[in-house]
Amino acid sequence: MFIRTLSSINRFSLLSILRTHSTTSNTTHFGFDEVPENEKQTRVNEVFSSVADSYDLMNDIMSFGIHRIWKDHFIRIVRPDPQWNYIDVAGGTGDIAFRYLKELDRYYPSAASSIPLSESPITPTHTYIADSLEQTRIRPTSKCVVADINPNMLAVGKQRSIDNNLHNRIQWIETNAEELPFEDEQFDVYTIAFGIRNCTHIDRVVSEAYRVLKKGGRFLCLEFSQVNNTLLRYFYDQYSKTFIPPMGQIIANDWKSYQYLIESIRVFPKQKEFAELIRSCNFRYVNFENLSFGVSTIHSGYKL
Amino acid sequence: MDRLYGTHKPTGLVQKSILAVGSGIMSIADPSRDDMISIFGETTGGLALKYMQEKMVIDPEGDRILKERPIINSKTVDLEYLKTLPIGTLGKTYSNFLVKYNLTPDARRPVSFIDDSELAYIMRRYREIHDLTHVTLGMPINMLGEVTVKWFEGIQYGLPMCVLGAFFGPLRLGPKHTAKYLHLTLPWIVRTARQSRSFMNVYFEKHWHKSLNEFRRELNILEPPPKI
Repeated sequence: MFIRTLSSINRFSLLSILRTHSTTSNTTHFGFDEVPENEKQTRVNEVFSSVADSYDLMNDIMSFGIHRIWKDHFIRIVRPDPQWNYIDVAGGTGDIAFRYLKELDRYYPSAASSIPLSESPITPTHTYIADSLEQTRIRPTSKCVVADINPNMLAVGKQRSIDNNLHNRIQWIETNAEELPFEDEQFDVYTIAFGIRNCTHIDRVVSEAYRVLKKGGRFLCLEFSQVNNTLLRYFYDQYSKTFIPPMGQIIANDWKSYQYLIESIRVFPKQKEFAELIRSCNFRYVNFENLSFGVSTIHSGYKL
Repeated sequence: MDRLYGTHKPTGLVQKSILAVGSGIMSIADPSRDDMISIFGETTGGLALKYMQEKMVIDPEGDRILKERPIINSKTVDLEYLKTLPIGTLGKTYSNFLVKYNLTPDARRPVSFIDDSELAYIMRRYREIHDLTHVTLGMPINMLGEVTVKWFEGIQYGLPMCVLGAFFGPLRLGPKHTAKYLHLTLPWIVRTARQSRSFMNVYFEKHWHKSLNEFRRELNILEPPPKI
């Protein structure tokens, strides 16, 4: 009877997560504000359009450069392989994708030259109306795909990739993470770093990840999460609320975006709840690793 | 703290200090960031705004402004009507000023970091009458004109941003302007600022039809120095 009570508690908490972060509610969270669902995406776009140029500088200042260590560690956990089809979602400025390619070059230097360069997409010679959504879907033209909903972020990323000499190894695509334009089972690894909390329906993003992953593929998410240590959490909260919006105003001329940032972190599900959500999308062997006492967390799951 | 007015962003003491120091540095490092200048004014202007409030409350016209809280933007000011006024009136001169320098009364940044609704309005009013101050004093938009207006505002209102601008602005003047500034403009503006009525107490919107000379006499503004 005790076990039955436990399992019913699990179901209840799963339902309550789904109710706030899923497709059934009519309003959703934009930081601490509740907004109609269709408005959230517009608002998030405006946030990142104004943040794009100062994004990198603010990241370094807010995290004291530690975000670089998180991302390096994340890629080490991914362990790139030259045969994989890789997609980084919400990766507009290319931070993760560049690290992926550089790590790949470190461990497989000869493979760098033998990887086929991304082909330019075939331009259709005539237009037609597709009979179904599946017919409009495409295959990746490169072994490294970067997807983002915001064209400004993609533009910044493209420019950086040219500076880093990685331009012809990446396919850049503008798309919504909840509805990827790719056919089923195209990718071996799907990563999303510091992007999923901005999506309107987190469960749909994870489901899409499941759809485009091959069997045996891995889903990896690096995201801000809850600091479990009470004392540290107090200092972290004070630091966030006191320093981040004013620094955002001074450096990026944008108080609101950084206010949104610190609020969206606190509204995002806790580590265990998010792991439950990933499990509910049929991923298996789901676990998480806390970085910096839970300030960031890496969640991982396999499609088996 | 709750939001007291539409554009209010409540901030604590530490946050205001960060903003004050950061915006001060950024204003000098990157003068194109006009938002930094306005934030510097808001975060350092607390005491000066209270002083301005006191001066407004004891003056009948100023008190009326505080009660009615008039706003100057392209919706509340009928620019078409101002164009039709005779030459030499306040309204016509203001309209010509806006047209000549391609300005609009909407260009002022909203106030965010002042935690009192009336003081926030005073700050807003100060920003909105800046162009009218230029017109009433007869000062153009060039560096010398701006520095002159800053002197005037600094003496009359006591805002640190104005005082600092007044002190450091002239360092960037060329030799011809510096000479004029030191011998003619500065003595005149200091005298005028001390003698004339506080412009925060002037309900400009009620005086569009007045001739500019008569308006200046009422405010006790001395004759401006001749243009070079």
